[in-house]
Amino acid sequence: MLGVASEEGAAVCEYFENNERVWCAKWPASDQWEDNMPKDHGIGASPKRREDVRFLTGAGNYTDDINQRGQTFAAFARSNVANGAIRSVNTSVAEAMPGVVAVFTGEDFVDVGGNPAGWYIESRDGTPMKEPKRPVLAHGKVRHVGDAYAAVIAETLDQARDAVEAIEADIEELPAVATCAAALADGASLVHDEIETNMVFDWGWIEDNRAATDEAIKNAPHVTTLELVNNRLVPNAMEPRASIGDYNRGTGDYTLHTTSQNPHLTRLLISAFVMGIPENKLTVIAPDVGGGFGSKIYHYGEEALVLAAAKKLGRPVKWTADRSESFLTDAHGRDHVTKIELATEEDGTFIAIRTETLANVGAYLSNFATVTPTFLHGTLMAGNYTVPNVYVNLKAVLTNTAPVDAYRGAGRPEATYSIERVIDKCARELKIDPIALRRKNFIKPDQFPYTTPVALEYDIGNYDAVMDKLEEIGDLAGFAARRAESEARGKLRGLGVNSYIEACGIAPSNLVGVLGARVGLYDAATVRVNATGSLAVMVGAHSHGQGHETAFPQVVAEMLGIDEGQIEIVHGDTSKIPFGMGTYGSRSLAVCGSAVVRATEKIINKAKKIAAHMMEAAEADIELKDGTFSVAGTDKSVAWGEVALKAYVPHQFPIEDIEPGLEETAFYDPANFTYPSGAYACEVEVDPETGKVTVERFAAADDFGNVINPMIVEGQVHGGLGQGIGQALLENCIYDDDGQLLSASYMDYAMPRADDVPFYAVDHSAKTPCTHNPLGVKGCGEAGAIGSPPSVVNAVVDALQSGGHDVTHIDMPVSPSRVWAAMQK
Amino acid sequence: MSQVTMTVNGKEMSGDAEGRTLLSQFLREELDLTGTHVGCDTSQCGACVVHVNGKAIKSCTMLAMEADGASVETIEGQAEADGSLNTIQQAFQDHHGLQCGFCTPGMVMTAAALLKENPTPSEAEIRDYLEGNICRCTGYHNIVKAIMAASGQDVGAIAAE
Repeated sequence: MLGVASEEGAAVCEYFENNERVWCAKWPASDQWEDNMPKDHGIGASPKRREDVRFLTGAGNYTDDINQRGQTFAAFARSNVANGAIRSVNTSVAEAMPGVVAVFTGEDFVDVGGNPAGWYIESRDGTPMKEPKRPVLAHGKVRHVGDAYAAVIAETLDQARDAVEAIEADIEELPAVATCAAALADGASLVHDEIETNMVFDWGWIEDNRAATDEAIKNAPHVTTLELVNNRLVPNAMEPRASIGDYNRGTGDYTLHTTSQNPHLTRLLISAFVMGIPENKLTVIAPDVGGGFGSKIYHYGEEALVLAAAKKLGRPVKWTADRSESFLTDAHGRDHVTKIELATEEDGTFIAIRTETLANVGAYLSNFATVTPTFLHGTLMAGNYTVPNVYVNLKAVLTNTAPVDAYRGAGRPEATYSIERVIDKCARELKIDPIALRRKNFIKPDQFPYTTPVALEYDIGNYDAVMDKLEEIGDLAGFAARRAESEARGKLRGLGVNSYIEACGIAPSNLVGVLGARVGLYDAATVRVNATGSLAVMVGAHSHGQGHETAFPQVVAEMLGIDEGQIEIVHGDTSKIPFGMGTYGSRSLAVCGSAVVRATEKIINKAKKIAAHMMEAAEADIELKDGTFSVAGTDKSVAWGEVALKAYVPHQFPIEDIEPGLEETAFYDPANFTYPSGAYACEVEVDPETGKVTVERFAAADDFGNVINPMIVEGQVHGGLGQGIGQALLENCIYDDDGQLLSASYMDYAMPRADDVPFYAVDHSAKTPCTHNPLGVKGCGEAGAIGSPPSVVNAVVDALQSGGHDVTHIDMPVSPSRVWAAMQK
Repeated sequence: MSQVTMTVNGKEMSGDAEGRTLLSQFLREELDLTGTHVGCDTSQCGACVVHVNGKAIKSCTMLAMEADGASVETIEGQAEADGSLNTIQQAFQDHHGLQCGFCTPGMVMTAAALLKENPTPSEAEIRDYLEGNICRCTGYHNIVKAIMAASGQDVGAIAAE
């Protein structure tokens, strides 16, 4: 059992019950609060996003928008072979080029540390995972196309790029391995010679389940087997990565502006592992960041390079990736090859699930490359179902490709896709309606908290209620008529449905520590009340599209009963924020939002003490409502602003009992993961002449627990659906056998465009609030990308079968050529 | 290096450009108009769309020198004279048509060009016109909705889609 739901949340609820603010599990169902608490502000309202005005007027402040006095520019020399021995790197011509101020090679960084993996994994036989060093610049060997082995710093960007062309590198091309199968073949060339294997680990989850699962499958009346590929993707945040290093020789302070989802983690990695810069001498600032989707969680070598160069030159050094560099060097996502078996009774009751997966981790271990395919994947392999036996085997494999790490959903989309595709195939084999088969095996509401065979404890959920909602909003009853209409036009129409569950709100530190995490996964917030009553809330989460600047004030305003406009969110600057683990894993509100709640509670407690003193009343009698402190049963009151002012102008102040000032910090470490769940339905039309698939309708019913800002939540789902439909129909990151990236631009990598997707029907009203955090929230950022790919593929298979084609599976992306080829069999 | 002069958002502005300097680079680096973004190298993403002599173009596909003497409109010039958001910008905010904001300037400039050509475009016409603008955050739902709303069409039914 990996998580324990605690009573912590209940204590908070009780606290607010005294203030007539009933939260958490006791919060009324949304259909009630929408009537009873019509909202134009606070929790449950959808105020317009305050950050939008700057983005809509060109006044955003992204890293590449920043220019510093005396700034120089960096450009990188990158390998054009996937595997090569560096015989020599001659920089003398480049150094003499106009404007060039410095050239760095891998040799300059042999003495600094490697960029580490953040999670330790043990193989089934107890041996430790292999951890090859990941240097700032390649030295001795280049290991993937795009691997940087030198960098030029020049007065202008064009001069730096020109000089890169003049670097003479003698790199002997060696045989490359681009796929897991090639990397594990006998005699395969090694990505890292020193570890003597390309296998990072061979992981089993849970090893104790193995024998029973094998036995159950052997004896089962029915076993459905499916081999599938979870296609490799490139995250493609629209803002390419960028970094500016600066060094103050007067103070010895470094400043790094960078495109990061978690500036504190970047600071920690640079300080403790890579460069040894003391944390107190390094400020990391992630200003406006143009999307991340996982790719900007990690520390990359370019960040270390610009800092080292800035120190050497005493001038700021700026680097901005072009899109080709993004394709070649951003951490990619997915890339699993899986065999899954689902054993059932003849009536469809699930008996066992067993999977074998090869996960491509690329040429180096990115910071979370080892946890993404393991604990974020294997632990979800029971899905939304009661299945007594589950065993997952996963081999992580080094190849001569860009590193692979968490991309929106991170492991959970891979789990969901495998489970929900095999269930669909099973339903067809057993001739059971796919929705009925899922409902038959759902964990039922009275079974929560529910411990799965793969060790998670789901705290709460109601999967039938979500499926009911899906059938309603997707008008699934009307599908037959729509299919008839499509067929009348000569098209095939299919309906695909699936469920999903994810583990979010990452994560309980004690728990992940046991499992191998090398970091804690709490978050932090400081609430600072200014003397005039306005507030600054410093949060460890980072907003790069999620709308924290709007949503977090809704929580604080609700608690204090004041106007949201008085509350400012500060994020993305390690010099201003206590600490933070950043934004990924749908954790911002569930973890950092909970820290905001805790810090605000402390503010309320202290403010009540001050108010009690001001009104000469007992602290226990003080009530806070609508921004006013009053003494119960009297007409005495003081306004919020008066209490704030008293804290900073502490005349006639009980200085022996209360410190001046009004500022509080809280760190929040969750008791368990949160478990958002949902049910999705996709309707496609297939053109039998061309194999082209169009998504005609898409419906998503989600249970995110309580929702702070419905507008933002729906937007998050839309975005996830766009990416999930993109994975299912369009996107494919392809390396050839020699490790050349064939899909390295938007000319070759098919990004979803506006005419590839429909309007989506989304709903989050079938909710079961999280039981263990004070807001009852679960997280919504990854759901769409996790839940949508299987329903798209299920729908395509359904369409083809309706046309008499004996097709049981097509790998993603379900492109016209693949569909057409499947139809010709 | 040559001096290039153009009228940007109604104001005459000059700066230095090499023969190879792109208009997007010139706007950002020389004129400090960083609202125009660069998201790709292949004229695919549309984050850099501006209007040159009234026509929407991707400013990464045009040399700065080609725009010498031209009238250029960028995202920085789109708000009303009093600084308030124009109709399209306001519709994007009202309908949550942006998240990270990086593609947004290009989206707004493209939407403006569309509505000039076609004041009440259908959903399909909007989706088709946005073919050259990539957004990774929104799944396009709220962008299309915002543009419909900006053109005065009732989008109430879309929320219930």
